[in-house]
Amino acid sequence: MMLAIQIILIVVLTPLVGGLLAGFDRIISARVQGRKGPPLLQPFYDVLKLLQKENIQVNKTYKFYVYVSLLFIILTAVIMLIGGDILLAIFVLTLGAIFFVFGGYASQSPYSIIGAERELLQMMAYEPMVLITAAGLYMVSKTFFIGEIIARDVPAIVYLPAVFIGFVYILTFKLRKSPFDLSLGHHAHQELVQGISTEYSGTELAVIEITHWYETIISLVFVYIFFVTSNPISHVFAIIACIVVYLFEIILDNSTVRVKWQLALKSAWIVTGVLSIMNLMILSFFKF
Amino acid sequence: MNFNTKSPWILHYDGTSCNGCDIEVLACLTPLYDVERFGVINTGNPRHADILLITGSVNDQSIPVVKQLYEQMADPKVVVAVGICATSGGLFTDCYNVVGGVDKVLPVDVYVPGCAARPQAIIDGVVKALAILDEKQNAMKK
Repeated sequence: MMLAIQIILIVVLTPLVGGLLAGFDRIISARVQGRKGPPLLQPFYDVLKLLQKENIQVNKTYKFYVYVSLLFIILTAVIMLIGGDILLAIFVLTLGAIFFVFGGYASQSPYSIIGAERELLQMMAYEPMVLITAAGLYMVSKTFFIGEIIARDVPAIVYLPAVFIGFVYILTFKLRKSPFDLSLGHHAHQELVQGISTEYSGTELAVIEITHWYETIISLVFVYIFFVTSNPISHVFAIIACIVVYLFEIILDNSTVRVKWQLALKSAWIVTGVLSIMNLMILSFFKF
Repeated sequence: MNFNTKSPWILHYDGTSCNGCDIEVLACLTPLYDVERFGVINTGNPRHADILLITGSVNDQSIPVVKQLYEQMADPKVVVAVGICATSGGLFTDCYNVVGGVDKVLPVDVYVPGCAARPQAIIDGVVKALAILDEKQNAMKK
């Protein structure tokens, strides 16, 4: 019964916090550019507007994938926030992302197909690091369960500083921020019309937006895991760390331009590969 | 309650404009005017847009494009003609290669005159378009 209430709270509160973060992001971005920016609740206005719009359908199947993607992303959020298996969460998260790519291919527009191809490239770039993060957390705590990983005396960041930096590097892909927003940008960023979401309008575009809110929170939960210990005070530090990382991503988004896919892929593999392998090797020599 | 007045997404299309009005449209997005305060986003994708801003008069080449853009937008949608060329053809009305204002092709809701239209006038036109957008949304509900 407690678990059911917990799951309902996660499903309801996660997009609310994610939407507020998106609004915060837009205000900070505007201030960085010397503008006033939209109201904090603007992302919610956008989604509510999209829900009221006409339902255009370009073919029979393409809308289905967006809902499946949302379902898997919600499942990931639930697994992670009730302290479940991090490996399972990563695989379900990937499945959600893959269904989003299917949606891009299924809508048949040349723009969305190019967007889908770029999304696949991005997944190639960030997916190894996400798995290495799970492996690193396992090496430190000898368990894949988030509930047990965070119940230790020393935070994981002490043993895995380089893995954490590598994870922040690929977080830029996951949060769809410059310089790695190849497939689908936010704000006024455009690339090839609107990437995967080109053919989506109305309700489905709102679903894509809500999926992204969940994904933002999931990405920040990874950051959170690095900082939390059995000590209750550590949760405050972890939240501050999440805010700092998110602010860093916003400033990075506003101060860089989008790179070519070759550079995105190569730099992601080289940076994350070198950092994480070094970190894990040192860890295996000295500690375990 | 209708939320489209709080988040109007704009698609900007240049019919045959001299780019004077286009520069003024983009000037609305800069820090001085900052239309994002009202939730305005310049989308570049007709499927996501609520307001179609057209600058310049239309000719035989741009008529199919303008029509297609309008058809691809989801209801409720409004058309704003920016600049004197878009409202009536302006200086080029009698040219052999110009059909005339945008209203020869699409049902225009708001006319913003000027050569080039000032950013203040464009913002005023968009705000007037929002009221029409709201009416159309109410009509859709019935």
